[in-house]
Amino acid sequence: MPSTLPETELHNPQTAKTPLDPHLKALENEAIHIFREVAAEFDKPVMLYSVGKDSSVLLHLARKAFYPGRVPFPLLHVNTGWKFAEMIAFRNDIVKKYDLDFIEHINPRGKAENVTPFTHGSALFTDIMKTEGLRQALDAGGFDAAFGGARRDEEASRAKERIYSFRTPEHRWDPRAQRPELWNVYNGMIRKGESVRAFPLSNWTEVDIWRYIQVEDIPLVPLYYAKERPYIERDGMMILAEDPRLELLPGETIQHGSIRFRTLGDFPLTGAIPSQATNLEEVIAELEIATVSERQGRAIDRDQSGSMEKKKREGYF
Amino acid sequence: MTVSATAQATEVTTGTVTAFPAVEPTRAVRDTRPLRLITCGSVDDGKSTLIGRLLWDTKAVKEDQAATLRRDSGKQNDLGLPDFALLLDGLQAEREQGITIDVAYRYFATDKRSFIVADTPGHEQYTRNMATGASTADLAVLLVDARTGLLEQTRRHATIASLMGIKQFVLAVNKFDLVGYDRARFEQITHEFRELAISLGVRQITAIPMSALKGENVVYDGKASMPWYEGQTLVEVLELATVRSAQTVGFRLPVQRVSRPGESFRGYQGTVAGGSVKPGDSVVILPSGMVANVTKIITFDLVRNAAVSGDAITLVLDRQVDVSRGDMIVSLESQPQVGLDFEAHLVALQSEGIQPGRRYWLKSGSRRQRVTANPFSQLDLKTGNWHQRTGVLAMNGIGKVHLSFDENAVFDAYEHNRTTGAFILIDPDTNNTVAGGMITAKRSSVTGLRSDETRVVLSLPADLADQLMATELFSRRRDETDLLRMTASEASQIFEDAAGGI
Ligand SMILES: Nc1nc2c(ncn2[C@@H]2O[C@H](COP(=O)(O)OP(=O)(O)OP(=O)(O)O)[C@@H](O)[C@H]2O)c(=O)[nH]1
Ligand SMILES: [Mg+2]
Repeated sequence: MPSTLPETELHNPQTAKTPLDPHLKALENEAIHIFREVAAEFDKPVMLYSVGKDSSVLLHLARKAFYPGRVPFPLLHVNTGWKFAEMIAFRNDIVKKYDLDFIEHINPRGKAENVTPFTHGSALFTDIMKTEGLRQALDAGGFDAAFGGARRDEEASRAKERIYSFRTPEHRWDPRAQRPELWNVYNGMIRKGESVRAFPLSNWTEVDIWRYIQVEDIPLVPLYYAKERPYIERDGMMILAEDPRLELLPGETIQHGSIRFRTLGDFPLTGAIPSQATNLEEVIAELEIATVSERQGRAIDRDQSGSMEKKKREGYF
Repeated sequence: MTVSATAQATEVTTGTVTAFPAVEPTRAVRDTRPLRLITCGSVDDGKSTLIGRLLWDTKAVKEDQAATLRRDSGKQNDLGLPDFALLLDGLQAEREQGITIDVAYRYFATDKRSFIVADTPGHEQYTRNMATGASTADLAVLLVDARTGLLEQTRRHATIASLMGIKQFVLAVNKFDLVGYDRARFEQITHEFRELAISLGVRQITAIPMSALKGENVVYDGKASMPWYEGQTLVEVLELATVRSAQTVGFRLPVQRVSRPGESFRGYQGTVAGGSVKPGDSVVILPSGMVANVTKIITFDLVRNAAVSGDAITLVLDRQVDVSRGDMIVSLESQPQVGLDFEAHLVALQSEGIQPGRRYWLKSGSRRQRVTANPFSQLDLKTGNWHQRTGVLAMNGIGKVHLSFDENAVFDAYEHNRTTGAFILIDPDTNNTVAGGMITAKRSSVTGLRSDETRVVLSLPADLADQLMATELFSRRRDETDLLRMTASEASQIFEDAAGGI
C-alpha cells in the first residue's frame, strides 16, 4: 500500500533554504545517524537540554533525524536556579513551539540547603547542582542513554571521549578503559543500571556550530548577541548585573557596555565579552579572529587543568 | 495548504545524483569534506608532539590555551620549548606518565582545507585505541624515531592502518635533530619502510625528515638544518591528500529504524552506505530478498530527487514489505553477498583475545547477530609473513578468521565498501568490543568439483582482477570460480607454501 501522505505536506517550506556545504552536511549526517542509532538501540533515551547554542543545534538535529515523526524522547533541563532569566523564557517558548516532552529538574537537596554559587563557591555549587542534580534526574527517569551536546574541541579531556561514552551504574566515566569505537559501528550493549552518554556533536567545532546556526536559521537566546547591558567586573570576568540576587561587593560598580556571551550557563559563573556583534554574521566574523577559546569565560573550567576530567569521572556531562 | 515552488522545482529536476544545485562556497576551506588523518607509530616517537606543533603553527591554539600550556610544561626540554604533547595528552593519567593512552581528536584548518586529526597512542597495550582512530582515517602519518628506526610496533600500526583501508601514508622520520640531520639515515629508514609498504600493498608514500619538537618540515620548512631536502612539508602533503573516494558498489541502506508517525506512513531511516538512489529505483531488501520500488526520499528540508553515499535519509517504498532494523535495502543490479560463512581480517583488541568456537555478537551497520569466529591464520609482524595457525588470536594480534552465522549475514568486501564490509565483535559476557573486522570474502561455495579437473590459481593486482571480473565472459561463469582478496605478502606466502608442497 503506497503512502497516503501528500507530497506537499512532506515538504517543509520554512526550512528549505541555502543548501549546506559538504563540510556541514557531513557533520549533520553523522549527528542524525547517531540520534537514530541511539533511539533504536536503547529502551529509554533522554536528551540533555541546557538551552545554549549547542543544545539548540542538538535539538534541531533531533527534529531532523526523526522527521516526519516527533522527537521520540523527552528533553531534560537540569536547572540550578541560577540561569539567566532570558534562558528560561526562551526554553519555555521552544518547548511549546516544537511540541516537545520536557522535564525540568532542580536538585531538591541543594535547594533545601540553599546552595548558591556565592555561599558555596563555584566548584561545590557545580558539584551539587549540576553533577548530583543530573545523576538524580537520570536515576529518577530510569534513562539508559542521554544525549549531550558536548564537542571534542571544547576541552582536552573531551577530545578523548567516545561518541557512545559508557557510564557505570554510579554514572562514572573511566577514561582509561573506554571501549574501542571503530567506524560508525557503535556498541550499545549495556547491563541493567549502566548507561551511555551519546554525543552527536562530537566532531563539531565552535565555528561549525555558528555557521550551522546561520545556514539553518536556528533560534538562539538573545544573550549570544551583543547589546548594551549592565555588568560588573569580578575575578576578571564580566558578570551580568540584572538579577537582584547579585550583591555588589565593596568596590564593585555597575557598568554598562555592549557585551555578549560565547557560552551560557549560570549567570554568576559565566563571563561576557565586550562585543559589537549584534547578528550572526558579525558573531562569526569575531570568532574567526578570536584569540581566546570559548571556555575562558567559564569559572568552572578555570579552576585547574584537568578539572573537567575530574567532574566527568563523577558523572558531569 | 502549502504548495511550495521549491517542492515543484525539485520534482522536475530528476535524473541527477546530486541533490543540491551548485552554490558558491563561502570559504575555500569548506569546499570539501575535511581530511581525516591519524598519527601512529611506536611509543614516544613524537606523535603527540607533532600534532601539538601542527596546531601551534597553524594558529589553532588560542591564547588562554597557550598560557595553560606554558604553565603546565615546566621546563620539559633543553630547547626551552613548551611540551607540545600536552595539547593532546589531556587525561590526568597521561600527563602523569608522559604517554598517550587514548585517542585525542583535534580540528584545525589551513587556508586550503580543514582537518580532523586523531592522535593515537603508541603503547602496544593501547593498540585498540589506535585501531579506533585508524578506522575512519583517510591518511596515516607514521612516525619513526630516527635513532631507532622501524620497530615491531611501527609495523603493527602500519599493518592495521593498511588493513583498515588507509591508502595514503606519510613516513615521518622524526627527532631528526638528534641524529645530526644525517641524510644517509633518512634514506636508510625510508628504504626499510618501502619494503614494508610493498608487502602491505601500500603505494602512496611520502617520506619526510622531521623535527616535530622544533617544527622543521611540519608547517615551516627545515632548509636551515637540512638544505638537501627538497620535498614537501607535512602540511603541504596533507593539503593535497585525497579524501576517501566514493565507494564503488551499488546502493546500500542499512536500516536503522522504521518510522511510523501515523497509520498511513512508513519510512525506513538510515544513512546511505554506498551508491545512490532515486525515486523509481528497484531495490531488494536483504536478507529476505523481497523486491520493491522507491517512491520517495524524505529529509527534513526537502522531498529529495536523489540521495548519495553519506546522506541520512528516510526512504519510502511502493508496497508493504517486511523491513526491520538491521535489514539492508540495496540496489537490484549490484547486491552484496548474503550467506552463513565469511572470511575476514581481524584485530584482537582485548586481553582475552579471540577464542575459537566462542560465540560473539557481531555488529555491522545497524545489524547485530550471533557469530563464531575461528582464527586460521596469523600475521607475524617481525617477518611480515602469514602463518596457518588456529587457536586463540591473542590481544593485539592480527589474524584471518572464518565467521559462521546462525542466520544469513549481508556483507560487501571491505575493500569495496568501508561501511558494509566492516564489523565489530562484542563479548556477550562483558559487553565490551573485543575485535574489529574487515570482510575479505564470502566463503567458497564451489563444491562438487571433479578432482581430476584442472584448475589455475592466479595472483593478480586487485584492479586487474576487478576489470576481468567485470567482463561478460567472467560474470557468466562466476559460479565456477573461487576468489580471495589478500595482501601481496599473503599471496606470495601461498605460492611459496604451494610450491613447497609439490
Ligand atoms: N629532540 C626531539 N625530541 C622530540 C621530538 N619529537 C618529540 N620529542 C620528544 O619525545 C618525547 C615523546 O614525545 P611524545 O610526543 O609524547 O611521543 P608520542 O609518540 O606521542 O608517545 P605515545 O603517544 O605515548 O606513544 C617528548 O619528550 C618529546 O619532547 C623531536 O623532533 N626532537
Ligand atoms: Mg602521544
